[in-house]
Amino acid sequence: MTETLIAPPGTRLPEPGPLPNRLQLTDDGQLRHMLTIEGLNRDLLTEILDTAESFANMNEKAVKKVPLLRGKTIVNLFFEASTRTRTTFELAAKRLSADVLNVNINTSSAVKGESLLDTLRNIEAMNVDMFVVRHEESGTAHFIARHVAPGISVLNAGDGRHAHPTQALLDMFTIRRHKGDFTKLKVAIVGDILHSRVARSQIHALNILQTGEVRVVAPCSLLPADVDQLGVHVYNDLDAGLQDVDVIIMLRLQRERMEHAHLPSEHEYYQLFGLTSRRLQLAHPTCLVMHPGPANRGVEIESAVADGPHSVILEQVTYGISVRMAVMSMVMGAHQA
Amino acid sequence: MTPDVPTLLDDMAEQARHYLTTHGIERPIVVGIHSGGVWIAEHLRERLGVERPLGRLDISFYRDDFSRIGMHPQVRPSELPEDLDGEHVLLVDDVLFTGRTIRAALNELFDYGRPASVTLAVLVERDGRELPVEAGIVGAHMELGKTEQIKLRGPEPLRLERVAIDPEDLKA
Repeated sequence: MTETLIAPPGTRLPEPGPLPNRLQLTDDGQLRHMLTIEGLNRDLLTEILDTAESFANMNEKAVKKVPLLRGKTIVNLFFEASTRTRTTFELAAKRLSADVLNVNINTSSAVKGESLLDTLRNIEAMNVDMFVVRHEESGTAHFIARHVAPGISVLNAGDGRHAHPTQALLDMFTIRRHKGDFTKLKVAIVGDILHSRVARSQIHALNILQTGEVRVVAPCSLLPADVDQLGVHVYNDLDAGLQDVDVIIMLRLQRERMEHAHLPSEHEYYQLFGLTSRRLQLAHPTCLVMHPGPANRGVEIESAVADGPHSVILEQVTYGISVRMAVMSMVMGAHQA
Repeated sequence: MTPDVPTLLDDMAEQARHYLTTHGIERPIVVGIHSGGVWIAEHLRERLGVERPLGRLDISFYRDDFSRIGMHPQVRPSELPEDLDGEHVLLVDDVLFTGRTIRAALNELFDYGRPASVTLAVLVERDGRELPVEAGIVGAHMELGKTEQIKLRGPEPLRLERVAIDPEDLKA
């Protein structure tokens, strides 16, 4: 075996292939791993959203828990910091009655030089059923999915710049709850598209769900080279990009990008690409404002907008639990079939 | 010949009225199990003149065979009108067979609170119980053996149909 990975940053993994479906679907088309939105079909995405809808209604119960994954063990394998994603995955697992193990790799054996495969084999030996993986390298979840024992599912909780499928799904769920039919919608994704795995997954999901118009709004320096192959309309001017849109998805501006000279200054970025109350008026009057969090107030979004009547930012967090419950129960179900 | 559903419903309503009177229950909650049980529950609720909204249970999340057959593709949300603490529940299903559905339904009901009582009403009670589950209100008793099953078709008109058993259904 030559394909081993030492966890420290800088290690390059092979880029995930364009068709990971052989990996993430069973022979009869059921979801076995959730690695990327790319290549999934509309029926499957709709099935996930429908299943999440059933779980969303559970919040009214006195006992917010179902016994579906009782006896299963789910490992949160996080190589990169996360609050929302890790906690909502953990809560989703617990509401399905699974046992959850949180492995924070920064403080574990990886820093002692244990390879990823060693880490994997050791945790596998504890008879676990699912890995939820976040890593700063693109393709890590695919790598793990290729090497785990049969019967174990892998969920990608964010890999490098590549994908963050459950975030995109919870965004679709939020949009669907408010707006219903995707085919009539104009959706603008604003900000650092280049470095954003969230944006990539959102664009795939929106297109698979046949969204009327998907726009990306960003300065040229924050657009990926292949942006015209993503099936989106590109805007470099925020005012033009927001015109009549039904949904605005703001992306987090990673401050470290500033240091790498992608951008002049936070202040200038806010002037050009910050979502302010004034700019919000360019959008449709019932427009939704979304943000995957954590939001930099005063950098990409005005506080009054983030907390305003159009904002569904906190709903996104709530729905994240239902969507993750749906994905977890579907992959565990597919393995058993 | 399969029994006529409206006639069975009349008979069940009569039994239910008697049950509620003798037990001094004035405001029961009628809860149907998806999907046949909901149809029967709706008719029963009408016949009994229960004003409280109908409860619906989808027991998919509580099944004991998830590890064998996986996720049901379309799980409808369970709707229970309110907190079940101290309530008298009339739990309704179409066919009582192995008893596993009722076991799952009871588990789910108790996640909504602690009902004062639960009474099971079924359109058809057939042989083949695998769990100690008993119906208090029964439309018809049938002996079908291992090769046949009875299915409720509906919602309009409701009718019972005897069909050869599908090995897949036996698993479910």
